[in-house]
Amino acid sequence: MDQFVINILFVGASFALYIGIAIWARAGSTKDFYVAGGGVHPITNGMATAADWMSAASFISMAGLLAAGGYANSTYLMGWTGGYVLLAMLLAPYLRKFGKFTVPAFIGDRFYSNTARLIAVVCLIIASVTYVIGQMTGAGVAFSRFLEVSNTAGIWIAALIVFLYAVFGGMKGITYTQVAQYVVLIIAYTIPAVFIAMHLTGNPIPMFGMFSTHTESGVPLLDKLDQVVTALGFNAYTADVDNKLNMVLFTLSLMVGTAGLPHVIIRFFTVPKVADARWSAGWALVFIALLYVTAPAVGSMARLNLMTTVYPDMAEQTENYDAAAQNPIRYEDRPEWIRSWEHTGLINFEDKNGDGRIQMYQDTNEDFADTAAERGWEGNELSVNNDILVLANPEIANLPPWVIGLIAAGGVAAALSTAAGLLLAISSAISHDLIKTTINPSITEKGEMLAARISMGGAILLATYLGLNPPGFAAQTVALAFGIAGASLFPVLMMGIFSKRINNHGAVVGMLTGLLTTLLYIFTYLGWFFIPGTNMLPNTPDNWMLGISPQSFGALGAIMNFAAAFIVSNATAAPPQAIQDLVESVRYPKGAGSAPHLSH
Amino acid sequence: MADDTSNAAAYWKANVRTIFGCLIIWAFVSYGCAILFRPLLAGIPVGGTDLGFWFAQQGSILTFIALTFFYAWKMNQLDKKYGLGE
Repeated sequence: MDQFVINILFVGASFALYIGIAIWARAGSTKDFYVAGGGVHPITNGMATAADWMSAASFISMAGLLAAGGYANSTYLMGWTGGYVLLAMLLAPYLRKFGKFTVPAFIGDRFYSNTARLIAVVCLIIASVTYVIGQMTGAGVAFSRFLEVSNTAGIWIAALIVFLYAVFGGMKGITYTQVAQYVVLIIAYTIPAVFIAMHLTGNPIPMFGMFSTHTESGVPLLDKLDQVVTALGFNAYTADVDNKLNMVLFTLSLMVGTAGLPHVIIRFFTVPKVADARWSAGWALVFIALLYVTAPAVGSMARLNLMTTVYPDMAEQTENYDAAAQNPIRYEDRPEWIRSWEHTGLINFEDKNGDGRIQMYQDTNEDFADTAAERGWEGNELSVNNDILVLANPEIANLPPWVIGLIAAGGVAAALSTAAGLLLAISSAISHDLIKTTINPSITEKGEMLAARISMGGAILLATYLGLNPPGFAAQTVALAFGIAGASLFPVLMMGIFSKRINNHGAVVGMLTGLLTTLLYIFTYLGWFFIPGTNMLPNTPDNWMLGISPQSFGALGAIMNFAAAFIVSNATAAPPQAIQDLVESVRYPKGAGSAPHLSH
Repeated sequence: MADDTSNAAAYWKANVRTIFGCLIIWAFVSYGCAILFRPLLAGIPVGGTDLGFWFAQQGSILTFIALTFFYAWKMNQLDKKYGLGE
């Protein structure tokens, strides 16, 4: 059977499964339809949270960045899991006790200020739209490959499907649909990884295989990878990084962002008990970690497979990499997967030295320039987009067509579930927190729904337009969203619980300080509102302040948020007694009511 | 009432202390072992690389899981001890 048909079958079957479960659950209990996780066991809720959380960035993009950056990109692994520790200890149980449904609602009540609530809405929208840009980038890659169209066409198709998916709406709220999505996603991610780990190391468990011996050469896999990539002028895969400050701040940005992202926090609002909020965070982390401990294995093995595809003689070498490097494959003999990805425009070949062979190496490495010149190389000839690596991985490893179909279904599930969740968060913030509560309290239910749909459509159009020329690979764009959420929302949420002294003025000034400094830094390098060409400085490490990347700045934004809120609060009047009592009450599980019901 | 207040204060203090302890370990494995102290751990080999690399790509994640479960368990104990559970 044709690969194209198999892909359609797998993606189609997974959609049929989600819709089937949605219909079954709707018929089963219409009453608690909207209460995501209400009365659901913490393990089930954890699985659903994991599906919500793991997006195109985790599924499609992250292993590709690990493959390209090696150790330096471990930041994604630690940042996107370590944030759950903060969430579980600093926010989730208390926000559950507080018992409101949205993040702006908590901020508005705790800081007794509609201004604070409005600013929280703005922070939420900016972070979520940035997040959706990353999802569109990832979904575009998935759709372009499995529908065999250009990347641009892939993004527009993805936009249309995300819109339909999000407008169907109700599906999102059903925990069991998300459980199914999690299962599809994790199976799709793990199966190819097991095959590849088996093939390369003989160890079927990827997280162990990665640290085992490479069968073909008898050298430890990571050693082998270091030898191969350095023979081609690349940085060693396991090399330490020089700028530790940036690495620390990057990781911290992702961690505080994880704890500050509204669509994840919301899941903990609706568990039956405060104790369940704590357990749920643990279980969510377990299910997320299943993918996250596999991702570095996927990344390293994909990189090795990619290099040995281009330089087949390298696979069994242990010493003479020079000869192997001079015998890359001919372009006309290139494997099928390179041909099929060339259609999407995400792999490009240019025969710079006209020898009909593919030279893939680090041509910006000055120390390597002489070696390259000796070999008659005139520049890197094969450019491979990082975001395709996970999806192309089974093809690179020659796995059976059904595995490729499976990974297409997994990638689509990851992108769609998170994008839909974010769009719902955006639309409810606009229609409920902004219009209903502030601008026009007398709006009808129908008008509110209309506003929600319009804002959803607007957000998708904006994100798709910006996704056509994205500010980075999917995971990098998503990392910006985390920086924004971490700098603006996390500090005030945390201080709102752990300090009785932080008042309305402090929260407003804090959020604005975190949001504006972070946005200013990001836009300086990536263009105003991510519009390409409007950046004021080139986005390269030389131009970054102290070598701090735009993705890392969120941590500094958060620190400034804390400081500003603290200073301003202490210079102005303490919060009223009623608010201090409210803070006191969220600290103890006792007296927590049943989970709140979303009113629409 | 005074008793209630001091009981609640003790509960909160115990909670904050637990969080503090957990976050020290949290920072130690990620920012410490995986990033800042990696050169110090370079002498300890783990399958083709060093312990710092393992912490960055595996060890810290596994520690995070242990920490969240420990916290959930510990807080349930405290809820009971101070009679402040649901």
